[in-house]
Amino acid sequence: MTGQVIGLTAFGGYIPRLRLQRKAVTTANAWVAPNLAGKGKGERSMANWDEDAITMAVAAARDLLGTDDDRSHVDALLFGSTTMPFRDRLNAGIIAAALTLDQKVRAVDVASTQRAGTSALLQALSLVKAGEAKNALVVASDHRKTRAVSPQELEFGDGAAAVSVGTENVIARYLGGASLTIDFVDHFRGDTEEFDYSWEERWIRDEGYSKIVPRAVKEALDNAGVAAGDISHFVLPTTFGTKFAEQLAKRSGISPEAARDTLAANCGETGAAHSLVMLVHTLQTVAKPGDKIMVLHFGGGCDALIFEATDKLSNPAGVRGIVGALADRQEETNYMKFLTFNGLVEWERGMRAEQDKKTALTTLYRNEDMLMGLVGGRCTETGVIQFPRSRISVNPNNHTVDTQEPYKFAEKKAKILSWSADYLSFSMNPPNHYGMVVFEEGGRIMMDFTDLNLGEVESGMEVKLVFRIKEFDEKRGFRRYFWKAVPVATAQAKAQAAE
Amino acid sequence: MAAGIKDKVAILGMGCSKFGERWDADPETLMVEAYLEAMQDAGIEPTQIDAAWFSTHIDETGTGKGGTPMSLALRLPNIAVTRVENFCAGGSEALRGAVYAVASGAADIAIALGVEKLKDTGYGGLPVGNAGTLIPQWAPSGSAPGNFAQLASAYRAKHGVSREDLKRAIAHVSVKSHANGAKNPKAHLRNVVTEEQVMNAPMIAEPLGLFDCCGVSDGAACAIVTTPEIARSLGKKDIVTVKAMQLAVSNGLESQHNSWDGSYFHTARIAARKAYAEAGIADPRNEVSMMEVHDCFSITELVTMEDLFISPEGTAVKDVMDGFYDADGKVPCQIDGGLKCFGHPIGASGLRMAYEMYLQLQGRAGERQLGNPRIGLTHNLGGAPSQNVCSVTIIGAHDA
Repeated sequence: MTGQVIGLTAFGGYIPRLRLQRKAVTTANAWVAPNLAGKGKGERSMANWDEDAITMAVAAARDLLGTDDDRSHVDALLFGSTTMPFRDRLNAGIIAAALTLDQKVRAVDVASTQRAGTSALLQALSLVKAGEAKNALVVASDHRKTRAVSPQELEFGDGAAAVSVGTENVIARYLGGASLTIDFVDHFRGDTEEFDYSWEERWIRDEGYSKIVPRAVKEALDNAGVAAGDISHFVLPTTFGTKFAEQLAKRSGISPEAARDTLAANCGETGAAHSLVMLVHTLQTVAKPGDKIMVLHFGGGCDALIFEATDKLSNPAGVRGIVGALADRQEETNYMKFLTFNGLVEWERGMRAEQDKKTALTTLYRNEDMLMGLVGGRCTETGVIQFPRSRISVNPNNHTVDTQEPYKFAEKKAKILSWSADYLSFSMNPPNHYGMVVFEEGGRIMMDFTDLNLGEVESGMEVKLVFRIKEFDEKRGFRRYFWKAVPVATAQAKAQAAE
Repeated sequence: MAAGIKDKVAILGMGCSKFGERWDADPETLMVEAYLEAMQDAGIEPTQIDAAWFSTHIDETGTGKGGTPMSLALRLPNIAVTRVENFCAGGSEALRGAVYAVASGAADIAIALGVEKLKDTGYGGLPVGNAGTLIPQWAPSGSAPGNFAQLASAYRAKHGVSREDLKRAIAHVSVKSHANGAKNPKAHLRNVVTEEQVMNAPMIAEPLGLFDCCGVSDGAACAIVTTPEIARSLGKKDIVTVKAMQLAVSNGLESQHNSWDGSYFHTARIAARKAYAEAGIADPRNEVSMMEVHDCFSITELVTMEDLFISPEGTAVKDVMDGFYDADGKVPCQIDGGLKCFGHPIGASGLRMAYEMYLQLQGRAGERQLGNPRIGLTHNLGGAPSQNVCSVTIIGAHDA
C-alpha cells in the first residue's frame, strides 16, 4: 500500500437555517443572569423542532453525495456524535437507510466524546488504509441540549459536517496524525442526564486545552514529518474563541494567522461536529492546493490530523457545504421558541397532542425503503412512477401487476400542487403546513412541509425534500422519521436577504 | 348495463333527531329519537321490519362496533343488523343497504339508521382518527379542514381566481347555509351571519376560517324503506321513490397519479354521471329541483357544484355569488342548513340529507318549504379530496 494517496475526497455540510439571536436570550435572562449580558452578541444555529443529530447528519451527507441515486460506492459509514437519538439502535443505520446506502455498508456509531467526529475520521482513514473500505463516509453531527440561562446555550450551536475518505480524486491528502487519550473531565453527561455538567472554565483553558492540545500537535507533526511552520490552517474548535486558538497555535510554533475562525459569531460550537464543520469551512474558503491543514478536537484528550490540500480541491457546484448553509439563514428572535423546541418548557399542547404515537416496528421494517429512503415504484412496462410502491400499478390506463422496481424520490425535482396552513391539528410549530407535492418525472406525495414561514408558500412553488423527525413517541422514547418538503423559494429569498 | 334502482324502492318513513351539542344524550337517546319519529311516520310495528343497516363511523368515541348498539337501543326483534362504515358517507351506505335489500326482494321492509356521538371527546373539531400502522408513519398528521382547504389552493391555481374572490364566494356559501339553518328547529347552528363575519373569522386552515367549517354535532337519522306497492297498500300517498344510488371510491389515482390537479373530486364526477344515467336525468342544471351536498367545508360545496355538473367548470364562483344556490335561487342547496348548520354527526349525515329531500318532496318542510320540488339530490362524501368515497343519491316523486 506504500505510496498510495489516502485522504478526503469530498465534503458536505449542514447548519439549520434558524439563527437564534443571542441578544434575545440575554435580554430575556437579564433579570437572573446579568453576567451573561456581554455574551449577547451574534447568533447561534438552532435546530428546528424536527431536527436532531441524525437528520442533520443525513442533510450533510446528502450535500456531499449529490443527487445521484447510485450510492453503492459508499462501503463504510462512520457517525460521530454525543447526542445520538438512540442509545441502542444503530444511529448510523438510520442514516444509511435514509441515504439508501447499500446494506453491505459497514456502519458504526462513534460516541461519548467531543472528538467523536475526528475519531470517526481517524477510523475511516484506518479502514481505507487497511484496504477494508474504498469509500468511507464520515458524518459528525450534534444537537446538544442546554439548560436555560446557561453559558452553553449561548456558546453552542447545532450542525453537521460530512467528509468522505478514499484513494481516488483526493482533495486533501492525509499526512498523519495522533491521538492523546487523557481522562481530563472538563465536562460530562451522565447516563441518565440530559445536560452537561461543566467544571471551571479557567481550569479547562489553562490545565486542559493549553497543555493537552500542544502535546497532540507535536505528536501529530512528528508522526507526519511536518514542520510546525508549514501548517497553514490550524482548525481547533474552542469556545474560548479564535484569539485563544491563535495563542495555542503560536505556542506550538504554528503561525497565529493559521488559526481558523471558530464560527462563534454566526454559528456557535456544534459539538462533536465542529472540527469537521470548521474543516469544511476552511476547505471552502481559504485552503489552497499545497496548504497543510491541522484538524484538532479536544475532549478526553485530543485528536490531531494533518492534511495537505491537493490541486483537486474545489468547491463543486451543487455542494452547499458550511458556507452555503451559513448563508441560508433566518433570524430567530423568539427565545421561547428555542426553549420550546428543545423541550425546556412544559407547554399546553392540547388534547389533540394526546394521540398515541406508537410505531409498529414490523410495519416500519416491511416498508423500510419507503419510510426511511423515500423509495417508491416505477413500472418497468409503462414507466409510471408512484409512491408508495404497490403490487398493482396506479396507472389508470394499464394496471400492470408486479412490474414495479424501486424508484428513489428524495433527490428529484418537485413542486407544490395544493397546500394548507392548518391551525387545528397539533404541530410543534403551528400552523401545520402540508400538501400535495408532485414530482417532475412522475409521482406525487401528500407530505408535511417544514422550514417555512406563514405566507411563504403557494401552489406551483418548487420544493426540496428533507429527512426529518415526523413524530415523537414520548411514552416509549421512540421517534419516527420521514421526509418533508421545504419550499425552495423560501431558502433563496432568505439567502438573498442575507446578502 | 344493469337496470338500476330507479323507482323500485319507496321511502315509507323517516326520522331525525335534533342535531347539536347534545350534552343530554347518549347515542342510545339519539337513535331512539330518530327511530320513533320514523316509525310513527311509517305507521308500522317493529315486527314488520325484516332487516336493518346501521351506520356509525367513530366507534371509539361512543356508539361501539358491530350491529348490537342499534339492535339494543331499538330492541329490534332479533333481525339482521349490518353495521356499515364508509367515512362520512356511512349514512348513505346504510340507506343503500336497506334499499338494495328491498329491491332484491329479500326484505319487504328494511330500516337504515345512522348515529354519531362526537361531543364526548373533550375538545372541538372531529376526534383524531386512527389510520392503521403504516399511514401515520408517513402521511401528514393533519386535520379535515387542512385536507379540504387544499382544494382552494389548487382551484385558485387552475382557474386563476384571486384569494379574495374565492374567500368571498365560499363565505357566501356559508352565509346562505346559515340563513337556511336559522329556519330549521332541528339544526345545530341557527344564527344568521354576514359575509364580513365569515371572512373575518379566526383562521382554521388557510383559507378556511371558523365559519367555513361545518358543525361537529351529535345526532341520528333514520329511514324505513319498502316497495312502492307495499307503501301504497299501507295507505301512503305522495310516494317518494329512490331514483339513483351511486357510490364511487378512489383507487389511488388522485393521491398517486399526476393526472389529478387537486381542484375537484374525481369520484364525485363519476358518481354523478352514473346517478344521472340511472335516474334518467339529461340536464341536471335544469332537472334537479334541490340538493343537499356534503358541505363539510365551504370550499367543498363550491367545487362540488361543478363536480355535479350543475355549474359548468370554472363558473361555480359566479353561480354562488349570483345566488343560484340560495333558497330563492334556481337550485336551492342546503335548504335545511346543510352540514354547515344542521350539523354533521358523521354516521347520520347521509340519512339527514335524504330526510330533508323527503320532507321537501312531501311538502312537509315547514318554514323552509320550497315551491314544488320534484327531484332531490344528495351528495355524501367521506375521506379527503385526494382519497375518498363519494355517494350521489337521487330521490323524487314517484311520478317524476
